[in-house]
Amino acid sequence: MNKQPAIKLCGITKSFGSVVANHNIDLTVQRGEILALLGENGSGKTTLMNILAGIYQPESGEIYIDGQRVSIHSPEDANRLGIGMIHQHFKLVDIHTAADNIILGNEPKGLFLQKSRFDKVRELSERFGLSIDPMKKIYNMSVSEKQTVEILKVLYRGANILILDEPTAVLTVQEIRRLFDILRRMRDEGCAVVIITHKLDEVMEISDRVTVLRKGESVETVDTASCDIRKLTELMVGRPVELSIDRPERTHSGTLLEIHHLTVESEEGVRMLDDVNMTLKKGEILGVAGVAGSGQRELCETIAGLMPIKEGAILFNKKNIENMTARQIFKAGISMSFIPEDRLGMGLAASMGIVDNMLLKTYLDSPGPFVQKKEARLLAETITKKLRISTSGMNAPVSRMSGGNVQKVLLGREIESRPQVLITAYPVRGLDINTSYTIYDALNAQKQAGTGVLFVCEDLDVMLELCDRIMVLCHGKVTGIVNAADTTKEELGLLMTNAQRKGDSPNAE
Amino acid sequence: MNGLINLLTAAIRAGIPLLFGTTGEIITEKTGNMNLGVEGMMWLGAFFGFYVGLHTDSLLLALLCAFAAGMFGALIYAVLTVSLRANQTVAGLALTIFGTAFANFFGLRMIEANGGMLPRLSAKLSGVLANNPIPLLGDIPYIGKLLFSHNILVYLGIIIAVLAFLYMNKTRIGLRMRAVGEAPATADAAGINVTLTKYVHILLGGGICGLGGAYLSLAYFDGQWQNACVSGQGWIAVALVIFANWNPVKAIWGTLLFGMFEVIRFRVGWLRIPPAFCDMLPYVITTLILVIASIRKSRERRQPMGCGNNYFREDR
Amino acid sequence: MQSNFLSRFHIVKKAESTGWKPLFLSFLSLVVALIIGGLFILCLGKNPITVYGVIIDGAFKVARTGAYVFKTIGYAIPLVITSIAVSIAFKMKFWNIGAEGQMIAGAIFASYFALFQSQLPHWLLLIIMLIAGAVGGGLLGTIPAFFKCKFDTNETLFTLMLNYIALSFITYLKDGPWSETPGFPGIAKFAANARLDIVGGVHIGWIFTVVLVVLAFVYMRYTKHGYEISVIGDSVNTARYAGMNVNRVILRTMFISGALCGIAGMIQVTGIEHTLGESVAGGRGFTAIIIAWLSRLNPFVCILFSMLFATLTQGCSGSALLKLGLSPAVADILQGMILFVILAFDFFMQYKIVYRRRNDA
Repeated sequence: MNKQPAIKLCGITKSFGSVVANHNIDLTVQRGEILALLGENGSGKTTLMNILAGIYQPESGEIYIDGQRVSIHSPEDANRLGIGMIHQHFKLVDIHTAADNIILGNEPKGLFLQKSRFDKVRELSERFGLSIDPMKKIYNMSVSEKQTVEILKVLYRGANILILDEPTAVLTVQEIRRLFDILRRMRDEGCAVVIITHKLDEVMEISDRVTVLRKGESVETVDTASCDIRKLTELMVGRPVELSIDRPERTHSGTLLEIHHLTVESEEGVRMLDDVNMTLKKGEILGVAGVAGSGQRELCETIAGLMPIKEGAILFNKKNIENMTARQIFKAGISMSFIPEDRLGMGLAASMGIVDNMLLKTYLDSPGPFVQKKEARLLAETITKKLRISTSGMNAPVSRMSGGNVQKVLLGREIESRPQVLITAYPVRGLDINTSYTIYDALNAQKQAGTGVLFVCEDLDVMLELCDRIMVLCHGKVTGIVNAADTTKEELGLLMTNAQRKGDSPNAE
Repeated sequence: MNGLINLLTAAIRAGIPLLFGTTGEIITEKTGNMNLGVEGMMWLGAFFGFYVGLHTDSLLLALLCAFAAGMFGALIYAVLTVSLRANQTVAGLALTIFGTAFANFFGLRMIEANGGMLPRLSAKLSGVLANNPIPLLGDIPYIGKLLFSHNILVYLGIIIAVLAFLYMNKTRIGLRMRAVGEAPATADAAGINVTLTKYVHILLGGGICGLGGAYLSLAYFDGQWQNACVSGQGWIAVALVIFANWNPVKAIWGTLLFGMFEVIRFRVGWLRIPPAFCDMLPYVITTLILVIASIRKSRERRQPMGCGNNYFREDR
Repeated sequence: MQSNFLSRFHIVKKAESTGWKPLFLSFLSLVVALIIGGLFILCLGKNPITVYGVIIDGAFKVARTGAYVFKTIGYAIPLVITSIAVSIAFKMKFWNIGAEGQMIAGAIFASYFALFQSQLPHWLLLIIMLIAGAVGGGLLGTIPAFFKCKFDTNETLFTLMLNYIALSFITYLKDGPWSETPGFPGIAKFAANARLDIVGGVHIGWIFTVVLVVLAFVYMRYTKHGYEISVIGDSVNTARYAGMNVNRVILRTMFISGALCGIAGMIQVTGIEHTLGESVAGGRGFTAIIIAWLSRLNPFVCILFSMLFATLTQGCSGSALLKLGLSPAVADILQGMILFVILAFDFFMQYKIVYRRRNDA
């Protein structure tokens, strides 16, 4: 066995424009170990691994693979060095078959593609206990099938350094277990495995060591066995967390929103919400928990009038909003600040400045054919001050601002519209801890003013502290609505995966 | 029967020049670049093919130069779009303007050099390019005339289309190239050199378009240079790409149908269909095909996903 | 080692350059283009300075028959209008490359009144033709927009196809229903009553053009409609989220874009050609796309680039250049070269190349 570490990174720095994504990071991974790369969103985990995979070029720093100084200029270089990365957003060619995706770039020798490639892929998949149909087109596949293809792709290349970017976000419990079995097997065969995640329980379960990143810097590397979740959390957020988010007493009473037997289907006819029943009261924060893709997005969009209701009803102050347009719903007092994966895709116009973005929902309110900017400018200045947004100017495109500031702009606008119902999804994703607290405080202020807040989040710890009640979604079904003060993470975790066996059955062989 | 055979034969001869341009553009689009410079590249091929044929009497040299000329046009386009990430539509249109003007300008000079007369290829070269029946096969009744009595370039066009189909769908490099056209980031992550793949296929496609131009200048007008020899055929070829669902073998049938409409317009007086509608019909059908594919939400019968967007690895 | 050296260069996106730098780069690219064009002229054995002189002369000279500059402006007018038309669509990221067909549709609609209602009072007739042209172009622009909204049909390809269909429709009219003498293709010249008046040396279309440029600028920059177009161009999801009726905006915008092209067609047919023929669009719709792009969708800059292209075309079309032994096609060759150079320079506005030093030996 080679005594040299499989990967050694020294002083890696990478920035995008003015945003420093990685600053002087050191990292080592030995063969025969699984390293968890832990950090909040936006801490630079993915960027760092993309540098190893040859997607990004660092500005400075050195990379050693098995003790050899290397420079990785392209994914091809990475490939040659035995580095395989499974990206969070799958890199697959939709209209090609599974087999063609797996062999891509590493096809069996010869001018022509051989029919036998399908058998080869089948053999490979069986060897690792991953069943797929090699001839199935990607666009006909479910998310977990696609991930299986991604894993096979890396295995097919015989990669011995394996990087997985948040591989469990879209998987069911059984699938996660199977994935971890594969990873352990690969470790035992002498591979080096890096798994990017921000789920602490998974870190504890699978990793041998943990390297924690924070704000683009490497904070510390520890042996998993010698620490616990609390310690890791502290490392991740940068100070011993009291994790004491205020939960002011509810001072209002009455119901704002009632949802009865709500069923929603996607454009493709897939049932995304299934017979959802819930209420949102005045002056409460209702958390929505669930594995990614369990229907959170659809719930938000349906309430905001962006998705058609298939069955059921949504009553807002006892009035059915089914036939109202998104605009009418907003006027009535339901406001949504939805922060999707790509941050700027929805809710903000990326090439416009803060002022123009303030106008998004109100530009029609002024009389005449022209857009009136005076009020918007005032509003922009107000929220910039209130939420301490840093920007190079009120008219500079928001796409050039950092993620945290973008989120503040979005949330600030929604709060300033003084809604009765505020829907907010992942509002602290990618934010540093201080900014996160600014936002929690803002939400609590809304609550005390009597607003009903629907708070979609992926961080159970935060939800337990902040929310009054937590609703758990699983495959579009409500599996439980619990009082935050009387529940535990474990209970929530159980609810999140509760109906999975049933929900998964259509896809099982 | 004879009338029908004559009609079909004429359709083949009218249609096949389009096939080169269509095949070339299919290859280009499959690698993720929409090149609206087909017309320009065909013009370049038409001029250089004819010029070299006129002065060397060699068909091989003429075709090679036409191919190279088409490639040259495609090279400009590729540098602009692939390396310098210029807008594909604009770069393609600029290429069409340039190629058309270039060929017309030097075409006129060629006429001036010929004492103001339209230059004509030598009898020898024209003979090679004539519609000569293939021995034995050409003697088969009907079929011989229909299939085996064409000029060499007709067969060349069909062979290139079939080879292009096999290349794209059955070979390793073809798989890589389709991956680049559909999802360049994916291909890149799989270790495929996206830039090189694009360059190679844009140039290959351009070369084939150049051959299509040479067909028109060398063979279509019986060996005489015409100042409007390409006029618009490149644009029709772009339409055919859609008609053929980005499949060169389907493009063969497509060109025949388009060719049929072109010859039929002079022969349907008794049907009282205005000839202009014969011109229009192929485009109406193409549009319908485009619309139907989108109504069906067909994932495969559409333009490759990468078309129109230039790839930059560090975009995020 | 060579490849190692090269691989130390890599390309990064710039923060948008501001101030004088882009202007300077634009100017520089034009100079480089003219130098390359000059080299080409030199290869033909001519003196580039003489040739450029002749072109400028041909585009701006004042002669007995009238100032050439008026012809140049006349040539630029439809280019300006169609380029602002496609700018509006491009701003919405709707790739309307059907300006050619929409011009034709406008010309056809306007021609109907010019040919068959020419007894109407002059100004009424002109206004009716203007409206007819706008409606014709607008309708043709709305068709692909409808299918885009309904089925997500690729608009680039759809609008491209409509160009051909519109063109064959002129052939149809010319061959049959509207032909001057039955049996012979060709449409009659418009009566004087149906022609645009000359104001200040150029047909009155130039006044429309100036008005339209200002309107288009205000429309895109300051109105609610313009705001909606920008938001949709940025992100359709954001627009839906803001409660905009995205489909309605797309249809409306494409109607406006098509209508502007239609007006350009009407002006071309009533102001310059005075009859309907296949050359009424004559590639201007495609040139307009290039102009719109080069102008970064700014209507005022569209005027500059349209004048540049018009200067080249008009300046090369005179007999002076023929006397030098250069055919008018040289204009398009130069145009192509200028485009290539400007497109290439565009790269340096958006990206920069950095060289990464290695700190070891």
